[in-house]
Amino acid sequence: MQTSITNSTTRYGWGAIILHWLIALIFIGQFGLGFVMVRLTSQRTAFELIQLHKSFGFMLLGLIILRIAWRLGNATPALPHSVGTLERRAAPLAHLALYAFQLALPLSGWALVSVSMLEIPSLPFNLFIMPNLPLAESDGAESFWAATHWYLAYAGMAIVALHIAAALRHHFQLRDGVLTRMITPSSDQE
Amino acid sequence: MYTRILGFAAVAACLAMPVSAAVALGDAAGSYSISPASSSIRFSIGKVGGGGLSGAFARFKGSIRIDNSDVGRSQVNFTIFPESVGTGQGRIDAFLRSDAVFDAANSPEIQFRSTSVTRTSDTTALVSGRLTARGKTSTEKFSAELGGLKAGTIKFHVTGKVLRSRYGMDVGTPIYSNIVDFDMTLTGKRG
Ligand code: HEM
Ligand code: HEM
Repeated sequence: MQTSITNSTTRYGWGAIILHWLIALIFIGQFGLGFVMVRLTSQRTAFELIQLHKSFGFMLLGLIILRIAWRLGNATPALPHSVGTLERRAAPLAHLALYAFQLALPLSGWALVSVSMLEIPSLPFNLFIMPNLPLAESDGAESFWAATHWYLAYAGMAIVALHIAAALRHHFQLRDGVLTRMITPSSDQE
Repeated sequence: MYTRILGFAAVAACLAMPVSAAVALGDAAGSYSISPASSSIRFSIGKVGGGGLSGAFARFKGSIRIDNSDVGRSQVNFTIFPESVGTGQGRIDAFLRSDAVFDAANSPEIQFRSTSVTRTSDTTALVSGRLTARGKTSTEKFSAELGGLKAGTIKFHVTGKVLRSRYGMDVGTPIYSNIVDFDMTLTGKRG
């Protein structure tokens, strides 16, 4: 029995679709927020935006774990036959890289706040105390994780840009159903 | 004549005697200026999950005047220079000096002017007054305990809680408590 909640071998279900777009929105939003918050002159706004960035980051970590579990427990829709060999090989690698960045970014952010000598607690959306990762605090470790987080953010966005370009190419140039099947499950593709 | 001499001797002996623990406030009448070298103004702010942020102001000035006939008319005034805040963490100090908290560039002074002093015991008093920071003034209460009095020097231990939201400094709540705990040792030198 197949409902449109789960994936089939030909299309994405609502579960994967909603997670994809929710995460895509927050992920790109996190990049924008991160970029802006470290460049503000108002220290007050900067502090508050960094806390917001941490809150959404932890939310993202939870959603991504859910997404990976969902992905492992679901079928993976095959690409349309029209897709060439090179892309057929590249797409899973690109998706794997996207999963890796989705996990590594929040984790490196979490590590960064955990090792900071400033010891600012994490209180996501003012709801609960998120404990720190068990890592030793030092200024050196903070610089390391800040740099790692920075590189991951920029590299991650570069891959996201490629990913978006690929999606747009499928839709406007190749005119296959690859973009639309990530929008609604009804556009079944064979 | 004999009794007068005896009485004088007793008073002299009292004055010469080093003051130990408890000293009566009434004996301390006079004007004092706060000596920063032997005083300290420390503060701490709790944070969620335990622990907190603590620091001190290195620069401040002030005066204490104790009225002999009526302790209630005594006065305590002090001015803190927030630029001198120190927590042991340079980045936190910079944050506290910035517009996020003290805005020390535009509001270089935090002032306290007492409005009333109420004696609560032989050696303690409740000091109410107007605290002004970042252009906002509010009434605050501090408890003062006389810690020592000798050779023209008076020492008070002053504690109190101040809500930072009243002064537009509530950044970081509720991660960091709105309540700032003050712990001051104010040593005044007569004159
Ligand atoms: C997908 C999730 C995330 C993305 C895309 C992201 C992205 C970014 C970006 C672009 C910056 C600015 C880097 C710069 O230009 O200097 C940044 C900074 C930062 N991020 Fe994230 N971040 C994510 C998750 C997290 C999480 C979960 C935390 C913590 C719990 C976190 C904590 C921080 C902190 C503290 C900074 C400031 C670093 C600094 O002061 O240099 N981030 N992030
Ligand atoms: C807003 C622009 C985006 C567009 C237009 C877009 C489009 C798509 C499309 C059409 C697919 C389906 C590919 C297929 O059928 O094989 C897809 C899959 C995927 N997207 Fe995006 N995406 C966007 C943003 C993102 C972001 C920001 C991320 C993560 C950081 C992301 C991660 C993924 C992953 C991991 C998959 C593979 C899903 C799976 O099969 O498990 N996407 N995306």
